[in-house]
Amino acid sequence: MIIEFNLNHEKTTIDVDASARVLDILRDELGMTSVKEGCGEGECGACIILVDGRAMNSCILPAGALHGRSVLTLEGFKHTERYKAIEAGFLKAGSVQCGFCTPGFVLATESLLNQNPRPSDEEIKEGLSGNLCRCTGYNMIIRGVRIAIEEGAGLW
Amino acid sequence: MVKGYRPGTLQEALELLAQETCTVMAGGTDLMVQRARGFSLRPKLDRPLVFIEQLKELKQIYKKDETLHIGPCVTLTDLLGHPHIPEIFKQMIGRMASPPTRNMATLGGNICNASPAGDTLPWFYAMNAKVKLQSSAAERTVPIDAFISGPKKTILGNNEILADIIIPDETFEINMYRKLGQRKGMSLTKASFLGLAMITGSTVTDIRIALGSVAPRIVRSPEIERTLKGKSINDIRSSAGEISQRYQPLITPIDDARSTAKYRKEASLNLIRHFLENMQP
Ligand SMILES: Cc1cc2nc3c(=O)[nH]c(=O)nc-3n(C[C@H](O)[C@H](O)[C@H](O)COP(=O)(O)OP(=O)(O)OC[C@H]3O[C@@H](n4cnc5c(N)ncnc54)[C@H](O)[C@@H]3O)c2cc1C
Ligand code: FES
Ligand code: FES
Repeated sequence: MIIEFNLNHEKTTIDVDASARVLDILRDELGMTSVKEGCGEGECGACIILVDGRAMNSCILPAGALHGRSVLTLEGFKHTERYKAIEAGFLKAGSVQCGFCTPGFVLATESLLNQNPRPSDEEIKEGLSGNLCRCTGYNMIIRGVRIAIEEGAGLW
Repeated sequence: MVKGYRPGTLQEALELLAQETCTVMAGGTDLMVQRARGFSLRPKLDRPLVFIEQLKELKQIYKKDETLHIGPCVTLTDLLGHPHIPEIFKQMIGRMASPPTRNMATLGGNICNASPAGDTLPWFYAMNAKVKLQSSAAERTVPIDAFISGPKKTILGNNEILADIIIPDETFEINMYRKLGQRKGMSLTKASFLGLAMITGSTVTDIRIALGSVAPRIVRSPEIERTLKGKSINDIRSSAGEISQRYQPLITPIDDARSTAKYRKEASLNLIRHFLENMQP
Protein backbone atom coordinates (compact mmCIF):
# COMPACT_ATOMS: atom_id res chain seq x y z
CA MET A 1 0.00 0.00 0.00
CA ILE A 2 1.41 3.38 -1.00
CA ILE A 3 0.94 5.98 1.69
CA GLU A 4 1.59 9.68 1.52
CA PHE A 5 1.88 11.73 4.66
CA ASN A 6 3.79 14.59 6.21
CA LEU A 7 6.60 13.50 8.45
CA ASN A 8 8.08 16.35 10.48
CA HIS A 9 6.78 18.78 7.85
CA GLU A 10 8.24 16.90 4.91
CA LYS A 11 6.10 15.16 2.35
CA THR A 12 6.85 11.44 2.55
CA THR A 13 5.70 8.68 0.23
CA ILE A 14 6.42 5.04 0.98
CA ASP A 15 5.20 1.62 -0.01
CA VAL A 16 4.29 -0.29 3.15
CA ASP A 17 2.56 -3.38 4.40
CA ALA A 18 -0.79 -1.88 5.49
CA SER A 19 -0.69 -3.84 8.76
CA ALA A 20 2.87 -2.87 9.72
CA ARG A 21 3.23 -0.99 12.98
CA VAL A 22 3.90 2.73 12.48
CA LEU A 23 6.57 2.36 15.18
CA ASP A 24 8.61 -0.01 12.98
CA ILE A 25 8.11 2.06 9.82
CA LEU A 26 9.34 5.18 11.61
CA ARG A 27 12.35 3.53 13.21
CA ASP A 28 13.48 1.06 10.57
CA GLU A 29 12.49 2.68 7.29
CA LEU A 30 12.54 6.37 8.12
CA GLY A 31 15.29 6.59 10.76
CA MET A 32 13.16 8.21 13.49
CA THR A 33 14.81 6.49 16.41
CA SER A 34 13.47 8.85 19.09
CA VAL A 35 10.36 6.69 18.92
CA LYS A 36 10.90 3.83 21.39
CA GLU A 37 9.31 0.45 21.90
CA GLY A 38 8.59 -0.20 25.57
CA CYS A 39 5.64 -2.54 25.82
CA GLY A 40 4.30 -2.89 22.29
CA GLU A 41 0.75 -2.94 23.66
CA GLY A 42 -0.30 0.68 24.06
CA GLU A 43 0.38 0.83 27.78
CA CYS A 44 3.69 2.63 28.33
CA GLY A 45 3.75 5.62 25.97
CA ALA A 46 7.42 5.23 24.92
CA CYS A 47 6.28 5.08 21.28
CA ILE A 48 4.03 8.16 21.34
CA ILE A 49 3.97 10.31 18.21
CA LEU A 50 1.74 13.25 17.32
CA VAL A 51 -0.74 12.66 14.51
CA ASP A 52 -2.45 15.88 13.46
CA GLY A 53 -1.41 17.33 16.81
CA ARG A 54 -2.75 14.49 18.96
CA ALA A 55 -0.68 11.91 20.83
CA MET A 56 -1.06 8.34 19.59
CA ASN A 57 0.62 5.03 20.41
CA SER A 58 2.63 4.19 17.28
CA CYS A 59 3.15 0.57 18.43
CA ILE A 60 -0.52 -0.20 17.81
CA LEU A 61 -1.14 2.19 14.94
CA PRO A 62 -1.32 0.41 11.58
CA ALA A 63 0.76 1.99 8.80
CA GLY A 64 -2.25 2.36 6.50
CA ALA A 65 -3.81 4.80 8.95
CA LEU A 66 -1.11 7.42 8.28
CA HIS A 67 -2.19 8.28 4.76
CA GLY A 68 -2.98 11.98 4.49
CA ARG A 69 -2.01 12.75 8.08
CA SER A 70 0.71 14.94 9.60
CA VAL A 71 3.12 13.14 11.89
CA LEU A 72 5.47 14.78 14.33
CA THR A 73 8.23 12.94 16.19
CA LEU A 74 10.82 14.44 18.50
CA GLU A 75 13.17 14.78 15.48
CA GLY A 76 10.79 17.40 14.09
CA PHE A 77 9.43 18.82 17.33
CA LYS A 78 12.86 19.58 18.79
CA HIS A 79 13.29 22.65 16.59
CA THR A 80 10.29 24.45 18.11
CA GLU A 81 10.07 27.01 20.92
CA ARG A 82 7.56 24.77 22.67
CA TYR A 83 10.05 21.94 22.70
CA LYS A 84 12.67 24.24 24.15
CA ALA A 85 10.33 25.23 26.97
CA ILE A 86 9.55 21.59 27.78
CA GLU A 87 13.23 20.65 27.61
CA ALA A 88 14.16 23.50 29.96
CA GLY A 89 11.43 22.47 32.42
CA PHE A 90 12.51 18.82 32.35
CA LEU A 91 16.17 19.78 32.84
CA LYS A 92 15.39 22.05 35.76
CA ALA A 93 13.15 19.55 37.54
CA GLY A 94 15.33 16.50 36.91
CA SER A 95 12.55 14.83 34.90
CA VAL A 96 15.02 12.65 32.99
CA GLN A 97 17.10 9.79 34.30
CA CYS A 98 17.76 6.99 31.80
CA GLY A 99 15.76 8.92 29.19
CA PHE A 100 14.01 5.99 27.56
CA CYS A 101 10.54 7.30 28.40
CA THR A 102 11.39 10.96 27.73
CA PRO A 103 10.46 11.37 24.04
CA GLY A 104 7.02 9.94 24.86
CA PHE A 105 6.55 12.22 27.88
CA VAL A 106 7.63 15.28 25.87
CA LEU A 107 5.12 14.57 23.09
CA ALA A 108 2.35 13.66 25.54
CA THR A 109 3.03 17.01 27.25
CA GLU A 110 2.77 18.83 23.93
CA SER A 111 -0.50 17.05 23.10
CA LEU A 112 -1.91 17.95 26.53
CA LEU A 113 -0.89 21.62 26.39
CA ASN A 114 -2.18 21.89 22.83
CA GLN A 115 -5.67 21.10 24.12
CA ASN A 116 -5.40 22.61 27.57
CA PRO A 117 -2.69 25.28 27.97
CA ARG A 118 -3.34 25.73 31.73
CA PRO A 119 -3.87 22.26 33.20
CA SER A 120 -4.20 21.62 36.93
CA ASP A 121 -1.89 19.04 38.53
CA GLU A 122 -4.74 16.53 38.30
CA GLU A 123 -5.12 17.29 34.60
CA ILE A 124 -1.38 16.89 34.04
CA LYS A 125 -1.52 13.47 35.72
CA GLU A 126 -4.49 12.48 33.57
CA GLY A 127 -2.77 13.82 30.43
CA LEU A 128 0.35 11.78 31.16
CA SER A 129 -1.50 8.70 32.44
CA GLY A 130 -0.53 6.76 29.31
CA ASN A 131 3.20 7.12 30.02
CA LEU A 132 5.26 4.91 32.28
CA CYS A 133 8.65 5.83 33.74
CA ARG A 134 10.73 3.24 35.58
CA CYS A 135 13.19 5.78 36.99
CA THR A 136 11.85 9.11 38.21
CA GLY A 137 8.79 8.38 40.29
CA TYR A 138 6.74 10.90 38.23
CA ASN A 139 6.78 13.84 40.65
CA MET A 140 9.79 15.31 38.91
CA ILE A 141 8.12 14.94 35.55
CA ILE A 142 4.99 16.71 36.73
CA ARG A 143 7.16 19.48 38.17
CA GLY A 144 9.01 19.68 34.84
CA VAL A 145 5.72 20.17 33.01
CA ARG A 146 4.68 22.87 35.53
CA ILE A 147 7.92 24.77 34.95
CA ALA A 148 7.50 24.47 31.17
CA ILE A 149 3.99 25.90 31.46
CA GLU A 150 5.15 28.85 33.57
CA GLU A 151 8.30 29.68 31.68
CA GLY A 152 6.77 28.98 28.29
CA ALA A 153 3.69 31.12 28.97
CA GLY A 154 2.12 32.28 25.72
CA LEU A 155 3.55 29.43 23.64
CA TRP A 156 0.42 27.27 23.92
CA MET B 1 2.55 -7.81 2.17
CA VAL B 2 -0.91 -7.11 3.50
CA LYS B 3 -2.90 -4.93 1.14
CA GLY B 4 -4.73 -1.90 2.46
CA TYR B 5 -7.65 0.09 1.11
CA ARG B 6 -8.63 3.59 2.14
CA PRO B 7 -12.07 4.07 0.63
CA GLY B 8 -13.32 7.63 0.29
CA THR B 9 -16.96 6.85 1.04
CA LEU B 10 -18.94 4.30 3.02
CA GLN B 11 -20.42 2.96 -0.23
CA GLU B 12 -16.93 2.32 -1.59
CA ALA B 13 -15.99 0.52 1.62
CA LEU B 14 -19.11 -1.68 1.39
CA GLU B 15 -18.36 -2.54 -2.23
CA LEU B 16 -14.84 -3.62 -1.29
CA LEU B 17 -16.30 -5.90 1.39
CA ALA B 18 -18.79 -7.33 -1.11
CA GLN B 19 -16.00 -8.33 -3.48
CA GLU B 20 -13.32 -9.67 -1.18
CA THR B 21 -12.98 -11.04 2.35
CA CYS B 22 -11.23 -8.27 4.23
CA THR B 23 -10.62 -7.13 7.81
CA VAL B 24 -12.22 -3.84 8.81
CA MET B 25 -9.73 -1.60 10.62
CA ALA B 26 -11.02 1.31 12.69
CA GLY B 27 -8.64 2.68 15.37
CA GLY B 28 -6.71 -0.59 15.54
CA THR B 29 -6.32 -0.53 19.33
CA ASP B 30 -7.97 -3.92 19.75
CA LEU B 31 -6.90 -5.61 16.51
CA MET B 32 -3.25 -4.57 16.65
CA VAL B 33 -2.91 -5.79 20.24
CA GLN B 34 -4.87 -9.03 19.79
CA ARG B 35 -2.83 -9.92 16.71
CA ALA B 36 0.53 -8.69 18.02
CA ARG B 37 3.43 -11.10 17.54
CA GLY B 38 6.01 -9.34 19.65
CA PHE B 39 8.84 -6.88 19.49
CA SER B 40 9.56 -5.32 16.10
CA LEU B 41 7.19 -7.67 14.33
CA ARG B 42 4.17 -6.80 12.30
CA PRO B 43 0.96 -8.22 13.72
CA LYS B 44 -0.61 -11.39 12.44
CA LEU B 45 -3.16 -9.92 10.06
CA ASP B 46 -3.33 -11.57 6.69
CA ARG B 47 -6.48 -10.43 4.97
CA PRO B 48 -6.52 -7.11 3.14
CA LEU B 49 -7.37 -4.24 5.47
CA VAL B 50 -10.19 -1.80 4.82
CA PHE B 51 -9.48 1.38 6.78
CA ILE B 52 -12.67 3.14 7.82
CA GLU B 53 -11.60 5.59 10.51
CA GLN B 54 -11.38 8.43 7.95
CA LEU B 55 -14.96 8.03 6.64
CA LYS B 56 -16.93 11.21 7.38
CA GLU B 57 -20.27 9.38 7.19
CA LEU B 58 -19.19 7.31 10.18
CA LYS B 59 -18.01 10.21 12.32
CA GLN B 60 -21.21 12.17 12.87
CA ILE B 61 -22.99 12.86 16.13
CA TYR B 62 -26.50 14.32 15.85
CA LYS B 63 -30.00 14.25 17.33
CA LYS B 64 -33.13 13.60 15.31
CA ASP B 65 -36.69 12.62 16.36
CA GLU B 66 -35.71 12.14 20.01
CA THR B 67 -32.86 9.83 19.16
CA LEU B 68 -29.17 10.39 19.47
CA HIS B 69 -27.09 9.04 16.61
CA ILE B 70 -23.39 8.39 17.11
CA GLY B 71 -21.20 7.35 14.19
CA PRO B 72 -19.07 4.28 14.98
CA CYS B 73 -15.80 5.93 13.94
CA VAL B 74 -16.11 8.70 16.51
CA THR B 75 -13.10 8.36 18.81
CA LEU B 76 -13.36 8.23 22.58
CA THR B 77 -11.64 11.64 22.70
CA ASP B 78 -14.26 13.10 20.32
CA LEU B 79 -17.04 11.84 22.62
CA LEU B 80 -15.52 13.51 25.68
CA GLY B 81 -15.65 16.89 23.93
CA HIS B 82 -19.13 16.68 22.39
CA PRO B 83 -22.14 18.60 23.79
CA HIS B 84 -24.70 15.91 22.80
CA ILE B 85 -23.04 13.18 24.86
CA PRO B 86 -24.64 12.79 28.33
CA GLU B 87 -22.38 13.41 31.32
CA ILE B 88 -22.74 9.89 32.66
CA PHE B 89 -21.45 8.40 29.39
CA LYS B 90 -18.56 10.89 29.40
CA GLN B 91 -17.74 9.75 32.92
CA MET B 92 -17.57 6.15 31.67
CA ILE B 93 -15.38 7.09 28.69
CA GLY B 94 -13.09 9.14 30.94
CA ARG B 95 -12.31 5.96 32.87
CA MET B 96 -11.19 4.13 29.71
CA ALA B 97 -7.57 3.81 28.55
CA SER B 98 -5.20 6.81 28.45
CA PRO B 99 -5.49 9.96 26.30
CA PRO B 100 -3.22 8.69 23.47
CA THR B 101 -5.17 5.44 23.20
CA ARG B 102 -8.48 7.34 23.43
CA ASN B 103 -7.29 9.49 20.51
CA MET B 104 -7.23 6.32 18.39
CA ALA B 105 -9.92 4.05 19.84
CA THR B 106 -13.37 4.26 18.24
CA LEU B 107 -16.76 3.60 19.74
CA GLY B 108 -17.66 1.16 16.95
CA GLY B 109 -14.48 -0.80 17.68
CA ASN B 110 -15.46 -1.20 21.33
CA ILE B 111 -18.92 -2.46 20.31
CA CYS B 112 -17.73 -4.79 17.53
CA ASN B 113 -15.01 -6.23 19.74
CA ALA B 114 -17.94 -7.39 21.89
CA SER B 115 -15.90 -8.10 24.99
CA PRO B 116 -17.89 -8.56 28.20
CA ALA B 117 -15.29 -6.12 29.58
CA GLY B 118 -16.04 -3.51 26.89
CA ASP B 119 -16.59 -0.43 29.01
CA THR B 120 -19.02 1.43 26.77
CA LEU B 121 -21.41 -1.52 26.56
CA PRO B 122 -23.28 -1.19 29.88
CA TRP B 123 -24.54 2.23 28.75
CA PHE B 124 -25.86 0.91 25.44
CA TYR B 125 -27.60 -1.99 27.20
CA ALA B 126 -29.12 0.33 29.81
CA MET B 127 -30.32 2.78 27.14
CA ASN B 128 -31.86 0.10 24.86
CA ALA B 129 -29.57 1.22 22.05
CA LYS B 130 -29.75 -0.20 18.54
CA VAL B 131 -27.10 -0.60 15.90
CA LYS B 132 -27.45 -0.27 12.15
CA LEU B 133 -25.52 -2.78 10.05
CA GLN B 134 -25.01 -1.97 6.43
CA SER B 135 -23.83 -3.99 3.42
CA SER B 136 -23.67 -2.89 -0.20
CA ALA B 137 -27.06 -4.50 -0.83
CA ALA B 138 -29.01 -4.14 2.40
CA GLU B 139 -29.22 -2.74 5.89
CA ARG B 140 -30.67 -3.98 9.16
CA THR B 141 -31.14 -2.41 12.57
CA VAL B 142 -30.96 -4.62 15.66
CA PRO B 143 -30.95 -4.07 19.42
CA ILE B 144 -27.50 -4.11 21.01
CA ASP B 145 -28.17 -7.31 22.96
CA ALA B 146 -29.12 -9.11 19.74
CA PHE B 147 -26.05 -7.75 17.95
CA ILE B 148 -23.69 -9.23 20.53
CA SER B 149 -24.32 -12.96 20.36
CA GLY B 150 -21.71 -14.12 22.90
CA PRO B 151 -18.38 -13.18 24.44
CA LYS B 152 -16.39 -11.60 21.59
CA LYS B 153 -19.05 -12.68 19.11
CA THR B 154 -21.43 -10.60 17.01
CA ILE B 155 -23.87 -11.25 14.19
CA LEU B 156 -21.92 -8.90 11.91
CA GLY B 157 -21.45 -10.43 8.44
CA ASN B 158 -18.12 -10.29 6.58
CA ASN B 159 -19.69 -7.91 4.11
CA GLU B 160 -21.20 -5.60 6.73
CA ILE B 161 -20.10 -2.46 8.53
CA LEU B 162 -21.59 -1.13 11.75
CA ALA B 163 -22.78 2.19 10.35
CA ASP B 164 -24.79 3.90 13.11
CA ILE B 165 -25.48 3.66 16.81
CA ILE B 166 -28.98 4.77 17.73
CA ILE B 167 -29.84 5.74 21.29
CA PRO B 168 -33.17 7.00 22.67
CA ASP B 169 -32.44 10.56 23.79
CA GLU B 170 -33.37 10.13 27.45
CA THR B 171 -31.74 11.54 30.53
CA PHE B 172 -32.02 10.27 34.09
CA GLU B 173 -32.07 12.08 37.41
CA ILE B 174 -29.97 9.50 39.18
CA ASN B 175 -26.80 8.33 37.49
CA MET B 176 -24.12 6.20 39.08
CA TYR B 177 -21.10 4.59 37.45
CA ARG B 178 -18.31 2.66 39.12
CA LYS B 179 -15.46 0.78 37.50
CA LEU B 180 -13.16 -1.47 39.42
CA GLY B 181 -9.83 -1.94 37.73
CA GLN B 182 -6.13 -1.47 38.03
CA ARG B 183 -4.00 1.27 36.57
CA LYS B 184 -6.04 3.45 34.24
CA GLY B 185 -3.86 3.16 31.15
CA MET B 186 -4.41 -0.59 31.16
CA SER B 187 -7.12 -2.21 29.22
CA LEU B 188 -8.98 -4.53 31.51
CA THR B 189 -11.84 -4.00 33.88
CA LYS B 190 -12.58 -6.28 36.84
CA ALA B 191 -16.18 -5.24 37.26
CA SER B 192 -18.26 -2.24 36.31
CA PHE B 193 -21.66 -0.98 37.39
CA LEU B 194 -24.08 1.48 35.81
CA GLY B 195 -27.31 2.52 37.55
CA LEU B 196 -29.84 4.99 36.13
CA ALA B 197 -33.18 6.02 37.64
CA MET B 198 -36.06 8.48 37.26
CA ILE B 199 -38.05 9.60 40.26
CA THR B 200 -41.40 11.38 40.44
CA GLY B 201 -42.22 12.61 43.91
CA SER B 202 -40.99 9.69 45.94
CA THR B 203 -41.84 7.02 43.36
CA VAL B 204 -39.29 5.34 41.15
CA THR B 205 -40.74 5.58 37.65
CA ASP B 206 -37.83 4.12 35.70
CA ILE B 207 -34.73 2.21 36.73
CA ARG B 208 -31.94 0.56 34.73
CA ILE B 209 -29.07 -1.49 36.04
CA ALA B 210 -26.24 -2.86 33.87
CA LEU B 211 -23.01 -4.60 34.87
CA GLY B 212 -19.87 -5.30 32.85
CA SER B 213 -17.06 -7.88 33.16
CA VAL B 214 -18.97 -10.14 35.55
CA ALA B 215 -20.61 -12.64 33.17
CA PRO B 216 -20.12 -13.83 29.58
CA ARG B 217 -22.36 -10.93 28.57
CA ILE B 218 -23.34 -7.56 29.94
CA VAL B 219 -25.83 -8.21 32.74
CA ARG B 220 -29.18 -6.46 32.63
CA SER B 221 -32.52 -7.74 33.89
CA PRO B 222 -35.64 -5.98 32.59
CA GLU B 223 -37.65 -8.45 34.75
CA ILE B 224 -36.11 -7.32 38.02
CA GLU B 225 -36.29 -3.69 36.89
CA ARG B 226 -40.03 -4.07 36.18
CA THR B 227 -40.68 -5.21 39.74
CA LEU B 228 -39.01 -2.03 41.02
CA LYS B 229 -40.86 0.48 38.88
CA GLY B 230 -43.70 2.18 40.71
CA LYS B 231 -42.25 1.43 44.14
CA SER B 232 -41.38 4.18 46.57
CA ILE B 233 -37.74 5.09 47.13
CA ASN B 234 -38.10 4.12 50.77
CA ASP B 235 -39.35 0.62 49.89
CA ILE B 236 -36.44 0.11 47.52
CA ARG B 237 -33.91 1.45 49.98
CA SER B 238 -35.09 -0.79 52.77
CA SER B 239 -35.06 -3.93 50.59
CA ALA B 240 -31.81 -3.08 48.76
CA GLY B 241 -30.00 -6.15 50.12
CA GLU B 242 -32.78 -8.51 49.07
CA ILE B 243 -33.06 -6.93 45.60
CA SER B 244 -29.32 -7.17 45.02
CA GLN B 245 -29.48 -10.89 45.88
CA ARG B 246 -31.89 -11.38 42.97
CA TYR B 247 -28.99 -10.50 40.68
CA GLN B 248 -26.87 -13.27 42.20
CA PRO B 249 -27.75 -15.97 39.59
CA LEU B 250 -27.07 -13.57 36.73
CA ILE B 251 -23.57 -12.71 37.91
CA THR B 252 -21.30 -15.54 36.82
CA PRO B 253 -17.79 -14.15 36.66
CA ILE B 254 -14.56 -16.02 36.02
CA ASP B 255 -11.21 -16.18 37.77
CA ASP B 256 -8.47 -14.68 35.65
CA ALA B 257 -5.21 -12.79 35.88
CA ARG B 258 -7.07 -9.59 36.74
CA SER B 259 -9.26 -10.79 39.57
CA THR B 260 -11.08 -13.68 41.18
CA ALA B 261 -14.68 -14.71 40.57
CA LYS B 262 -15.44 -14.33 44.26
CA TYR B 263 -14.23 -10.73 44.39
CA ARG B 264 -16.08 -9.83 41.24
CA LYS B 265 -19.33 -11.30 42.46
CA GLU B 266 -19.27 -9.77 45.91
CA ALA B 267 -18.16 -6.39 44.62
CA SER B 268 -20.96 -6.34 42.01
CA LEU B 269 -23.66 -7.23 44.51
CA ASN B 270 -22.37 -4.54 46.86
CA LEU B 271 -22.43 -1.96 44.08
CA ILE B 272 -26.07 -2.79 43.27
CA ARG B 273 -26.96 -2.52 46.91
CA HIS B 274 -25.08 0.73 47.34
CA PHE B 275 -26.93 2.25 44.37
CA LEU B 276 -30.35 1.21 45.68
CA GLU B 277 -29.65 2.30 49.24
CA ASN B 278 -28.43 5.72 48.23
CA MET B 279 -31.20 6.76 45.86
CA GLN B 280 -32.27 10.32 46.63
CA PRO B 281 -35.19 12.19 45.10
C1 LIG C 1 -3.74 0.44 26.32
C2 LIG C 1 -5.17 0.10 26.05
C3 LIG C 1 -6.14 0.41 27.00
C4 LIG C 1 -7.48 0.09 26.76
N1 LIG C 1 -8.40 0.39 27.73
C5 LIG C 1 -9.70 0.02 27.55
C6 LIG C 1 -10.66 0.28 28.56
O1 LIG C 1 -10.36 0.85 29.62
N2 LIG C 1 -11.94 -0.16 28.36
C7 LIG C 1 -12.29 -0.80 27.20
O2 LIG C 1 -13.45 -1.16 27.06
N3 LIG C 1 -11.40 -1.03 26.21
C8 LIG C 1 -10.12 -0.64 26.35
N4 LIG C 1 -9.19 -0.92 25.37
C9 LIG C 1 -9.61 -1.64 24.16
C10 LIG C 1 -9.88 -0.77 22.91
O3 LIG C 1 -9.13 0.41 22.94
C11 LIG C 1 -11.35 -0.42 22.73
O4 LIG C 1 -12.13 -1.58 22.67
C12 LIG C 1 -11.56 0.44 21.46
O5 LIG C 1 -12.79 1.13 21.55
C13 LIG C 1 -11.54 -0.37 20.17
O6 LIG C 1 -11.75 0.50 19.07
P1 LIG C 1 -10.79 0.49 17.78
O7 LIG C 1 -11.37 1.50 16.85
O8 LIG C 1 -9.39 0.70 18.15
O9 LIG C 1 -11.03 -1.00 17.28
P2 LIG C 1 -10.30 -1.88 16.15
O10 LIG C 1 -9.17 -2.59 16.77
O11 LIG C 1 -10.04 -1.08 14.93
O12 LIG C 1 -11.48 -2.90 15.84
C14 LIG C 1 -11.96 -3.83 16.79
C15 LIG C 1 -12.86 -4.85 16.08
O13 LIG C 1 -14.04 -4.24 15.60
C16 LIG C 1 -14.15 -4.32 14.18
N5 LIG C 1 -14.73 -3.04 13.76
C17 LIG C 1 -14.38 -1.82 14.25
N6 LIG C 1 -15.22 -0.87 13.78
C18 LIG C 1 -16.11 -1.50 12.97
C19 LIG C 1 -17.25 -1.06 12.21
N7 LIG C 1 -17.66 0.23 12.22
N8 LIG C 1 -17.96 -1.98 11.51
C20 LIG C 1 -17.58 -3.28 11.53
N9 LIG C 1 -16.53 -3.76 12.24
C21 LIG C 1 -15.80 -2.88 12.96
C22 LIG C 1 -12.76 -4.64 13.68
O14 LIG C 1 -12.81 -5.38 12.48
C23 LIG C 1 -12.22 -5.46 14.85
O15 LIG C 1 -12.65 -6.78 14.75
C24 LIG C 1 -7.85 -0.57 25.55
C25 LIG C 1 -6.86 -0.87 24.60
C26 LIG C 1 -5.54 -0.54 24.84
C27 LIG C 1 -4.52 -0.87 23.79
S1 FES D 1 5.55 0.73 23.15
FE1 FES D 1 3.75 1.70 22.52
S2 FES D 1 2.77 2.14 24.35
FE2 FES D 1 4.44 0.95 25.00
S1 FES E 1 13.78 8.18 32.92
FE1 FES E 1 14.10 6.06 32.79
S2 FES E 1 12.18 5.31 32.27
FE2 FES E 1 11.80 7.36 32.64
